[in-house]
Amino acid sequence: MSILVITEHREGTLTRLSLETLAAALSMEKPVTAVVLGHSVGALASQLAGYALERVIALEHSLLLQYTPDGYCRALLETVQAREPWLVLFPHSYQSRDYAPKLATALGRVLASDVTGHRMEDGALVLVRQLFQGKLNADVRFAGEAPHFASIQAGAYRADTLPAGTAPIETVTPEIHAADIRTNPEAPFREAQRAVDLTAADVIVSVGRGIKEAENLPVVQALAEALGAELAASRPICDNGWLPMERQVGSSGQTVAPKLYVAVGISGAIQHLVGMKGSKVIVAINKDPDAPIFEVADYGIVGDLFEVAPALVEELRKER
Amino acid sequence: MNIVVCVKQTPARDSLLRVDAAGKWVSEDDLNFEINEPDAYALESGLQLKEQHGGEVTVLCAGPARAAQTIREALAKGADRAIHIAADHLGALDPLGLAKLMAAALRDEKPDLVLTGLQSDDLGYGQTGVILAELLGLPHATIIMQVEVEGGTLQVKRELEDGWFQHVAMPLPALLTIQSGISKLRYATLMGIKRAKTKPVRTVSAAELGDAATPVLEVARVYAPPRGKRTQLFDGDARESAARLVEKLRFEARVL
Ligand SMILES: Cc1cc2nc3c(=O)[nH]c(=O)nc-3n(C[C@H](O)[C@H](O)[C@H](O)COP(=O)(O)OP(=O)(O)OC[C@H]3O[C@@H](n4cnc5c(N)ncnc54)[C@H](O)[C@@H]3O)c2cc1C
Ligand SMILES: Nc1ncnc2c1ncn2[C@@H]1O[C@H](COP(=O)(O)O)[C@@H](O)[C@H]1O
Repeated sequence: MSILVITEHREGTLTRLSLETLAAALSMEKPVTAVVLGHSVGALASQLAGYALERVIALEHSLLLQYTPDGYCRALLETVQAREPWLVLFPHSYQSRDYAPKLATALGRVLASDVTGHRMEDGALVLVRQLFQGKLNADVRFAGEAPHFASIQAGAYRADTLPAGTAPIETVTPEIHAADIRTNPEAPFREAQRAVDLTAADVIVSVGRGIKEAENLPVVQALAEALGAELAASRPICDNGWLPMERQVGSSGQTVAPKLYVAVGISGAIQHLVGMKGSKVIVAINKDPDAPIFEVADYGIVGDLFEVAPALVEELRKER
Repeated sequence: MNIVVCVKQTPARDSLLRVDAAGKWVSEDDLNFEINEPDAYALESGLQLKEQHGGEVTVLCAGPARAAQTIREALAKGADRAIHIAADHLGALDPLGLAKLMAAALRDEKPDLVLTGLQSDDLGYGQTGVILAELLGLPHATIIMQVEVEGGTLQVKRELEDGWFQHVAMPLPALLTIQSGISKLRYATLMGIKRAKTKPVRTVSAAELGDAATPVLEVARVYAPPRGKRTQLFDGDARESAARLVEKLRFEARVL
């Protein structure tokens, strides 16, 4: 009973999260097969063959050149049915979000999505996933028969220690027809040049929904000024149009790693954390002592930002 | 266009969450509920498309009796009618079981477009829309930031990671999962609130819909996440906390 890991690649490189997903699979002590899909993915298959895997399957088809949910599901349905794995693991990316639930549904299964950890209990796999944007955890189990389906959250497993090996490569041409594919994607693009480059900032003060209203923004602006920091924000602040999109930090915004990141009234949902976890020193100000942001913070103040931020400004001015 | 918008009622974001006695969900006793955030944006998109192309917006919501409040709010904002799947224990369903009920409720609806949010704030599966698309045999696209309809064709803008986007075209009928921030949300008008009271709400029980299959994915236990990192936390008087933090940042972390 093996594990199939569906890897992803961008611009000719395997994504980091794909490698983390391989690490998750390898830690489950079962034979692991990596799958790579696309058109001309030989080099990627060779790279995967350098890890301690049972096998690498390259699914090659011109209709897989561009990702489509229909094309990927066709190809993978055939693969899963032929290989009869115990578990199919995906990186929890925007791409797998788009098709993995469809694939699982086609087989009458449910994907355990966005998994952060696992353990075996009485021979059964227990997976950990987050509820309420990281405020609670849940242990989930599969009822019913294999194959099971799960996707792995970014940063949950470490990819830097993947054991080396030599795995055989099987190249397969799945049966896909142009008529199977109902959506027509265009090439990915980026919006026009950003006016602010948060990645260049040494210090960032980032504001979240704790600020409550746009009118209150001067409270954090003053703190940013006192620290000589760039102002950034969580997604809802930009969604509301209170700050421009280019100041958004997170999975759909910028990824930053300043010397100092001060999160003010931000709860710490995973989509925000992935954009700032790499900061050298993280400070969180939040009135909720259980806010997930404190889990990544080096220093935290539990309190009302409307009292704490002005107090910090005063303190910073005092000793300069 | 016949548009269906799936909305879920979830605990208000600032809720103090406590695990319930059975350890499988949170105690709902003193929680407030509101519309799941991305679903508010899905509703907004549906209403805008109706304004542009005519037709009807139907709200589909599965939940206990309290969900009627969220349905009323959606009707007050401009939805024309609603289907309420009466389901007391949503947590006992996996997303496939839920989507099966939703698909059954839509059997006679023949929607041109089904909109869902991309993810629920409580269970956070991020799947129900995609599963529903597969059950209904519809093409779909997820994490949508822009929707345009031209003739029988849909043009959407998908959000990808790291600030990338992609345009995708597909035929109608189709299903889209909408991302927060797709457009500015409207408020219900007084007139809208008044009108909502007379708009039709069809309530159907799970049993009438052929009941959900036994779950394939089970929630065994819900608990507070263990704390791993040793964060230096200051609480109490704001001035004192501020002074201690600044001292730490200057002399320990040396980042000031
Ligand atoms: C596919 C996808 C992509 C996403 N991409 C991003 C992204 O790129 N970036 C991003 O940020 N999010 C992103 N999100 C959204 C993310 O899941 C969260 O919803 C979001 O980060 C929450 O923002 P927040 O912390 O500001 O708000 P909330 O979660 O509402 O948190 C507000 C916090 O403020 C605190 N607070 C309230 N009042 C006060 C006060 N007076 N003093 C102190 N603290 C207070 C509260 O305790 C709470 O912790 C994405 C979601 C999805 C599904
Ligand atoms: N009980 C429900 N009633 C109506 N729609 C729902 C329900 N649960 C989930 N949805 C829809 O499916 C989306 C994704 O939910 P989830 O798969 O739980 O993350 C939500 O944003 C809603 O649009």
